[in-house]
Amino acid sequence: MTDTNDNNDPSRRDFLYITTAVFGATGAASVAWPLIDQLNPSASVSALSSIEADISSIPEGGSLKVAWRGKPIFIRRRTKEEIEMAEKEDSVDLPHPEKDLDRVKNKEWLVVVGVCTHLGCIPIADSGDFGGWFCPCHGSHYDISGRIRKGPAPTNLEIPPYEFVNENIIKIG
Amino acid sequence: MNHDYQYTPKNGFSKWLDKRLPLMRFADENLLSFPTPKNLNYFYTFGFILTMCLVTQIITGIVLAMHYVPNTSLAFDSIEHIMRDVNYGWLIRYTHSNGASMFFLAVFIHMFRGLYYGSYKEPREIIWILGVVIFLLMIITGFMGYVLPWGQMSFWGATVITNLVATIPVVGEPVLTLLLGGYSVDNPTLNRFFSLHYLLPFVIFGVVILHIWALHVTGNNNPTGIEVKDSKDTISFHPYYTVKDLFAYVVFLIMFCYFIFYNPNILGHPDNYIEADPMLTPAHIVPEWYLLPFYAILRAVPDKLMGVLLMFGSIIVLFFLPWLDTMKVKSARYRPLYKIFFLLFVIFCLLLGYLGAKPPEGIYLFLSRVSTIYYFAFFLVIMPILSRIEKPSPMPIGISNPAINNEVFDSGGGTTGTPSYAMDSK
Repeated sequence: MTDTNDNNDPSRRDFLYITTAVFGATGAASVAWPLIDQLNPSASVSALSSIEADISSIPEGGSLKVAWRGKPIFIRRRTKEEIEMAEKEDSVDLPHPEKDLDRVKNKEWLVVVGVCTHLGCIPIADSGDFGGWFCPCHGSHYDISGRIRKGPAPTNLEIPPYEFVNENIIKIG
Repeated sequence: MNHDYQYTPKNGFSKWLDKRLPLMRFADENLLSFPTPKNLNYFYTFGFILTMCLVTQIITGIVLAMHYVPNTSLAFDSIEHIMRDVNYGWLIRYTHSNGASMFFLAVFIHMFRGLYYGSYKEPREIIWILGVVIFLLMIITGFMGYVLPWGQMSFWGATVITNLVATIPVVGEPVLTLLLGGYSVDNPTLNRFFSLHYLLPFVIFGVVILHIWALHVTGNNNPTGIEVKDSKDTISFHPYYTVKDLFAYVVFLIMFCYFIFYNPNILGHPDNYIEADPMLTPAHIVPEWYLLPFYAILRAVPDKLMGVLLMFGSIIVLFFLPWLDTMKVKSARYRPLYKIFFLLFVIFCLLLGYLGAKPPEGIYLFLSRVSTIYYFAFFLVIMPILSRIEKPSPMPIGISNPAINNEVFDSGGGTTGTPSYAMDSK
């Protein structure tokens, strides 16, 4: 019987072992992935990832706080002095160097995610040592361009993706 | 009770059962006649107290879950519903919330006890490591439980702590989104925290069984740190330690009841009676008191990632304790230098707890840094050095033999020589 010889062939047996193991591992992974991915944002959460805000009522020097993905977005209409100050301070020694011009699409409007880059608290407007925001949790100071100036936060306030739909409407997300 | 004692089934039914499922034999050998060192003091009752804490939390928790609703728009109201409308709901909730504090109080004493009497040393490394695993699980469970009432501290505590994950380079952000089920702490987060908060206590229960199993393989350590030699050194667990444990538990319950009935909110934060507002951060975010020392370590470091690493490191370092302190003499009773450094360690831990509740500036920040340095130096520098240079004070030959054991102390340091008492086992 040649069959018995074939069954004892080590390379053939090894091949079977390895293919079985690979099939088993692939199967286990394909079962595990849905169980992991269900933790990610659901379709309904992702659907809320774009909003429009009416900015026509904001006076110069005023600001608006809107919710986007459960986080506040600060929309600040800056005064001429504030813009000047932000641009002048481009040259100082910044922990996270960024030009003010690179952080805005229109100098008058600063749009940032109002979440401290340290541990996620919401900074308070018009306070702190640099004329911008101050985070009460662990003492981070941001300037009027939303740049980190002092404190434990590692980076500047994040800029969300946004565009001006027209003069009065900003679309965020 | 002597060690030759064997369980013998007394009647027909127990004989029949013993051949099929030796449940009675197991209970007898592990609970009733289990030989226990005769010199255990009241610090050794906290194992039992902790078991009772876990049982209390599980029972009150199961009941609370029958009335609580894990949904951001209903959670806060359902807690007030439990407090005002559910029969005895206030009692059950106050027992559960203060029970968490009592659990941590007891576990801190239990761990300091182990640290003082060297209970983590050979041959009890696994008991200690399992204990640290339980402690980690307790922290995670306690943190998730604090989120469920959906008050301001729940929400912002959850935001700050989950954001620690985002500090991990590269994968931090996606992992954070995966953890939260969204881009910020919201309903999906509350739902999964509720699910896990219900699950983890049973995982803790499982690890506790392993912890006790390992304890029953090596037997208890004791205040002298000298291993049990023969049956003269031990007494049966029942009735001697069952009664001692129960008495200690009753005293512990009196304190527990003080908090439940007379001061149920003193350990919590008043802001948690304000419903969560994702658009408004409270002026000071303070975690539960039992996490304050770790919070102080986090804030002591100016660098975000380093702060997170040190905070987790402060618990991870405990896993390596058996190999950092290699001194053969276990108990601090016979280690004059270690005793001083240990007391300093306790003081610095308490100080860290105090500093965790203070704003991280000025003298508070300075003291946090000093305390953090001592915390790590105690394990990573002081322990290994003391293991080499400390000369133990005279110690007895055995638990039942107060005569001084001379052969041990001529060798100087603890790592040299092999003192016979350390190698003996019962």
